Amino acid sequence: MIIISRGFSGRRTPTDVKLPPGQYLTTDFPVLSAGPTPNIPLDKWGFVIDDGRDILRRWDWKSFLNLPSENITADLHCVTRWSKLDTSWEGVSLDTLLADMKTEAAYALAISYGDYTTNLPLKDLLNKQAWIAFRFDGKDLEPEHGGPARLLVPHLYLWKSAKWVRGITLMHEDKPGFWEGLGYHNYGDPWREQRYSEDR
Amino acid sequence: MIWYVGTVVALHDETATARTIALQVPDWPGHVAGQHVDVRLTALDGYSAVRSYSIASAPNSEQGVEITVERVPNGEVSPYLTQEIAIGDRLELRGPIGGWFVWHSQQTEPVQLIAGGSGIVPLMATIRSRASAGSTVPFRLLYSVREPGAIFYRDELRTLSDRDRSVTVTYAFTRAAPKGWPRPPSRVDAALIAQATWPANLAPSCYVCGPAPFVETVATFLTTTDHDRDKIRTERFGPTGERK
Amino acid sequence: MSSQIPYLDGNAAAGELSKIFAIDVTNAEGQCANCGAKRRFAETHLYVQAPGFVARCPVCQHILLRLANGRRRVFLDMRGMTYFSLDANEA
Repeated sequence: MIIISRGFSGRRTPTDVKLPPGQYLTTDFPVLSAGPTPNIPLDKWGFVIDDGRDILRRWDWKSFLNLPSENITADLHCVTRWSKLDTSWEGVSLDTLLADMKTEAAYALAISYGDYTTNLPLKDLLNKQAWIAFRFDGKDLEPEHGGPARLLVPHLYLWKSAKWVRGITLMHEDKPGFWEGLGYHNYGDPWREQRYSEDR
Repeated sequence: MIWYVGTVVALHDETATARTIALQVPDWPGHVAGQHVDVRLTALDGYSAVRSYSIASAPNSEQGVEITVERVPNGEVSPYLTQEIAIGDRLELRGPIGGWFVWHSQQTEPVQLIAGGSGIVPLMATIRSRASAGSTVPFRLLYSVREPGAIFYRDELRTLSDRDRSVTVTYAFTRAAPKGWPRPPSRVDAALIAQATWPANLAPSCYVCGPAPFVETVATFLTTTDHDRDKIRTERFGPTGERK
Repeated sequence: MSSQIPYLDGNAAAGELSKIFAIDVTNAEGQCANCGAKRRFAETHLYVQAPGFVARCPVCQHILLRLANGRRRVFLDMRGMTYFSLDANEA
């Protein structure tokens, strides 16, 4: 028997705002993490693209900042139900990082400093859908939000936008990341409400 | 653990932002000081939220529990519990939970309680448990709060310390102190702990409860002053929703 | 300091874990599979501001246990402990 709590409604969103199913609007920027914030000095930072055996491309902080970057405006949808709209970032597109890459890999695993990983189809990183973002709201990206740099893939739930990213491994077979291996959906489209592995 | 249904039988505001809720819970299995309950609220659309609250009341045979809830700014559950809930409303409770951060009235060693803000709640259950069991174990409480208006259970603590002399209470004010207070507003530090708590050579059991940073700082002070790590028990409070 | 996520401790996960364990786990002892430290579950560092609960070794930060709630299923990963030991006489 479920007891309904008189007068309790959880968080409410203005009805004129269109959000993916089950989300509520926030104006804050909640901080979520599965562990301590990594401390990565910029002279030790690196970003690597590999195929699980060989390193294909590598940048340090200086060479990374020399790449062309762009401004991005994105809506963020977290699987814990909050959404934050019209956030502004600066980042390097994965189209730039993967330009002219010859690969038959269909999947990617994003790996972070700390022990976090997340997987997604390689094609979801391409065609202006993903960036390595290093500035938020006009300022350097703060450590609690993933700085020095994080992956940003706004069309999927925010757990796919790996904070403190340090590389992408290209894979021929899909391999679940940190949350995907613990009951979360393998793909994670917020508009189809693909939160859990039980969801279609 | 199963979900019990409690009915609100009394409400009492401890401060401008904190309220004690007394619940009658048929078939309540009883509890030990230091334990907590999970409270579940369910909206009409089926959405539910669960939060943990320490039990404030002593173990008793009265088939009920009291919890004290502090209202969190932008919280999802605490504004409802501190402002909306009324006598006669029902709450779902899971528990009692906790087997480590507990005090049994059969314990005989001196007890040092250190509370940061709302961390006082389970420690008050311990103080009340001592009283209702008729225990004479020496108790000291170091209670850190922002300012005098933030003190929970103020009158009861004054009675226990001034009239009954059963618990020695030291307040530490971190933002604003009463006029003439000997110590300027500041965080709990090693000097205050040395002065206001049982020394390590008495082998007290120490219970530290409050926000995580407070607990870290205090527990570190205790271990560096030779308190046995096994005699220090901690419980950290914090948001179980997202931090904003 | 402000960039660090405040963690709770194992006390805060005991209610959730009661969906799986018949015994209150706060007093359970676990050994970290990474550094070998033995602690009560109540002493572990618990990260709850996440899509699931993550309990880490207070000594080396290795992940001891993860729990996530799906719509109908609960998921538990305990690979991070060499063992988890509970008092069989507790109800």
